[in-house]
Amino acid sequence: MVKGLEDRLFNVFVYAVLVFCALLAIFPILYVVSVSITPFGEVLRNGGFILIPRDVTFSAYKTLLTQSNLPQAFKITVLITVVGTAVNLILTGLMAYPLSRKNLPGRRIFLLMIVFTLIFSGGLIPTYLIVKSVGLIDSIWAMILPNAIWSFNVLIMKSFFEGLPEELFESARIDGAKEFRILFQIVTPLSIPVIMTIGLFYLVGHWNEFFQAIFYVTDRTLFPLQVIVREILMQSQQTLENADNITPTQTLQMAAVMIASLPVLVVYPFIQKYFTKGMLLGSIKG
Amino acid sequence: MALTVLRKYWPFYVMLLPGVLFYLIFRYFPMYGMVIAFKDFSMMDGILHSPWANPWYKHFETFYQSPYFGELLRNTLLISLYKLVWGTIPPILLALLLNECRIRWLRTVVQTLTYMPHFLSWVIIFGILIALFSQNGGIVNRWIVEAGGSSFPFLTSTQTFRSVLVGSEVWQNLGWGAIIYLAAMAGIDPTLYEAARVDGAGRFRMIWHITIPGIRSVIVLLFILKLGHLLDAGFDQIYILYNIQVYPVADILDTWVYRTGLQQLNFSLASAVGLFKSLIGMALVLFANNVAKRWGEGIW
Repeated sequence: MVKGLEDRLFNVFVYAVLVFCALLAIFPILYVVSVSITPFGEVLRNGGFILIPRDVTFSAYKTLLTQSNLPQAFKITVLITVVGTAVNLILTGLMAYPLSRKNLPGRRIFLLMIVFTLIFSGGLIPTYLIVKSVGLIDSIWAMILPNAIWSFNVLIMKSFFEGLPEELFESARIDGAKEFRILFQIVTPLSIPVIMTIGLFYLVGHWNEFFQAIFYVTDRTLFPLQVIVREILMQSQQTLENADNITPTQTLQMAAVMIASLPVLVVYPFIQKYFTKGMLLGSIKG
Repeated sequence: MALTVLRKYWPFYVMLLPGVLFYLIFRYFPMYGMVIAFKDFSMMDGILHSPWANPWYKHFETFYQSPYFGELLRNTLLISLYKLVWGTIPPILLALLLNECRIRWLRTVVQTLTYMPHFLSWVIIFGILIALFSQNGGIVNRWIVEAGGSSFPFLTSTQTFRSVLVGSEVWQNLGWGAIIYLAAMAGIDPTLYEAARVDGAGRFRMIWHITIPGIRSVIVLLFILKLGHLLDAGFDQIYILYNIQVYPVADILDTWVYRTGLQQLNFSLASAVGLFKSLIGMALVLFANNVAKRWGEGIW
């Protein structure tokens, strides 16, 4: 009997802490949503603690979508996300597939070349000078090419390819398929799981793009979402002393935060399982 | 010989070509470009033709003797160490609780919600921090004022900024960090638990004597590998969250390199510091990997 009680108490403790963790993760996000759609007067009246707003207004969103450069930045971000992810996947796949063929002469040298970049890098300044000298400064490509391949993803993809049965390649070759055809018509369809996971990692990376833009882009019309949103957040940090000014700004700020994160938040529940799988793939094989 | 190899394998080398070009241009040329740490670099002359610094270690000496040196190194190591501890223990605890959770849907919901912050960018998290902690509009300060206290500038005070850094990182990665420990727990032999139950062990004893020892090697391995990145205190996060008031506690090697190099155009000095960081970082990673190998498996 005592055992049963102890067990039940333990369960209650576990569930309570887990629910607390879940609330801790979701509460700040819900709060931001709520601030972004609540008229600020309402926020003040209720001491700022509203999770389900009574008065809903989308005026902050309307202002941002009509009177700021957020829509332009949104377009840039979508563009670099789509083009960038495609470039990432093609280059990573083309690199990983030959390296998964164990009898390829020179394989070790290429692998070493990749692994070395995991432990040593030229650093920010020399990289900047190279990007500048190949003429990428102030172009969309500056946010795509310098990080076109993540070494870690090559290694993950390579070990996935290594797991494909050898007989497959042999029979394809006997049927007269050439290597490129084998890669695109046989290996690629069989690799959808790993392509999905790695593609999603690249996708989120591009969506959250900030630093390549800060480093290599000065043309404001090319700034991606995150850069513009940070500007909006910084602006009112500076006017912080001026408390009268803060009223509409915070609503605007939170609306900007929502516009930049909404796609991730909406899509996330559907793709979450792929990430988890990818994470394990990476940690076990990497 | 070379010809037969080429005839047989050329499609593979063609496939490798774009990737190899990428690595040469964007990864290996910059390593060569590091020579500007030993030069008096000027944009006009370029990497090749800029004159050598005299003496060759001039920029390293400048940095070593500057007042930043101690401050940057201290900030980098301290922030990194705090993150190491707080980034290790909470995810393990969460994984232990998730592992004990007997209600499957609750487990799924908690996992889904706690993984989510991992996918938000630091800019978004900065926005969330403003909503919660800013001095005038932040909800926490409003609570403090309502409770009769006076508001506090959490985001711009040297007293609290490091806590903000570490706390927001824990918030972002709590659930995500737990995944790997959960996977390790899934690998523990279930008969161990049955045997313990027959012997009359309670849930807590089973956690202590079976689950934790079962994942000990994973904990140690990850900890050692993270030690290898002791000089990476988190450039992205710090750059986005910090402000001039908190430089004394928040400025790290990477942020300083960015400001000195790209903003003040002092390329040689900035690359000298970058080279210093890269070399020590490489030594740490190699050392950590060697130690990790002794514990079973390294990364390569």
